[in-house]
Amino acid sequence: MNQLESDLRSWAIQRRVIGALLMREILTRYGRHNIGFLWLFVEPMLFTLGVTALWTASKAVHGSNLPIVAFAITGYSSVLLWRNMPSRCIGAIEPNLSLMYHRHVKVIDIFVSRLLLEAGGATVSFVALAIFFSFVGWIKPPEDLLKIVYGWTMLAWFGASLAVLLGALSQQWELVEKLWHPTAYLLFPLSGAAFMVDALPKQAQDLVLLLPMVHGVELIREGYFGSAFRAHYDMSYMALCCLVLTVCALAQVRLIARTVVPE
Amino acid sequence: MITIDDVSKSYPIRHGTVSVLRHANMRIGRGEKVGILGRNGAGKSTIIRLISGAEQPTSGKVRRDMTVSWPLAFGGAFQASLTGLDNLRFICRIYGTQAEDKIAFVQEFSELGRYLREPVRSYSSGMRARLAFAISMVVEFDCFLIDEIVAVGDARFHQKCHIELFEKRSDRAMIIVSHDPGYIRAHCERAVVLWNGELHDFQSTDEAYAFYDETSRG
Repeated sequence: MNQLESDLRSWAIQRRVIGALLMREILTRYGRHNIGFLWLFVEPMLFTLGVTALWTASKAVHGSNLPIVAFAITGYSSVLLWRNMPSRCIGAIEPNLSLMYHRHVKVIDIFVSRLLLEAGGATVSFVALAIFFSFVGWIKPPEDLLKIVYGWTMLAWFGASLAVLLGALSQQWELVEKLWHPTAYLLFPLSGAAFMVDALPKQAQDLVLLLPMVHGVELIREGYFGSAFRAHYDMSYMALCCLVLTVCALAQVRLIARTVVPE
Repeated sequence: MITIDDVSKSYPIRHGTVSVLRHANMRIGRGEKVGILGRNGAGKSTIIRLISGAEQPTSGKVRRDMTVSWPLAFGGAFQASLTGLDNLRFICRIYGTQAEDKIAFVQEFSELGRYLREPVRSYSSGMRARLAFAISMVVEFDCFLIDEIVAVGDARFHQKCHIELFEKRSDRAMIIVSHDPGYIRAHCERAVVLWNGELHDFQSTDEAYAFYDETSRG
């Protein structure tokens, strides 16, 4: 059998396994009760709506005269995208150990299936809310759709690479799980979701722009209402960060995959 | 053919590592039935997992030129929060076969009736064992790995398992772990003994048992 044929066969197996894990994940997480897997989208939507309501009520200071609803939806949806993926991947191997008896089920498949589910849920929630609020006229339709897709994809890449890295590290060090929660909580106000970079003093801008996700959020906002403010982002910097995270993540997965013992 | 080539396996423990298997060599041809003997903790399940590919050797290579099952045991390899039916579908998806035409067989063989649609965690151990065996028979393999699969359920179920595995699939290779000397003797042509991290290969089960008895006594 030549190399291409064997690669194609591996790809087919991989796809099958990820599909099976996706179905399993949906069933174990949401079950068949009430609205079932619709919770996948409804849960992040409730989060975003709640935050939007809070920010509107408190007239949150975000340093611009942008419409608060659009600001909250772009901001909080992106937080959900990059923050939930690591939360779902940390400690993901343990409950799946009994499935590792099957040779085709690899550590990376477990991560990928959870990432697909998380990214899918956050994306559908974002799109549905944006369409709904445009429809009722609370926000204007986006100015540049491609920029939003670009920014969203980059945030998803960032979230996914961080998730796999932390998920794989957490298998080796339980400490990762303990530290992730406070870190994620503290990162939220710094992540660009709750402020516009342009409104910050120059020194603070430089510091905040060290965080890769800020660039993604700024790009999404430029796509949404770019003519109303000045966005600050450097996508090549963000791509470099994601690339480094991805390489570290895959290396760590390779390392732990050899040591995982089925239950 | 399955080839175990100079395989070693060690696990990290709190202080250093424990070596379970050292430089093991073994071959299993098509249709061969091989028993694995060893005292508790000798590494029988470890070698089964290494052959199945569920675990990777620390050094050495395991080559599989035929399709090999997962380690069939009464339990494990299932998701307790899912129903028996969902577990069947999951296994079928993973191994790339259709589930729908197998439901009837699993339902009939496992004697679970409507419990097939209840979560596995609500099953008794006997029910789990019956489900596990029934699902194991749904995917066809050239080689079955059987880890302590005997002595579960009543005599009638025992007989049913025997027919499925050893009569209908008598042409397949099998690697069997068991504490029951009678079981290994009845089903295997030869056996290996795991002792002190070493794998001793014997041409007949009688020779293997002679060695096993000797080392157990010492």
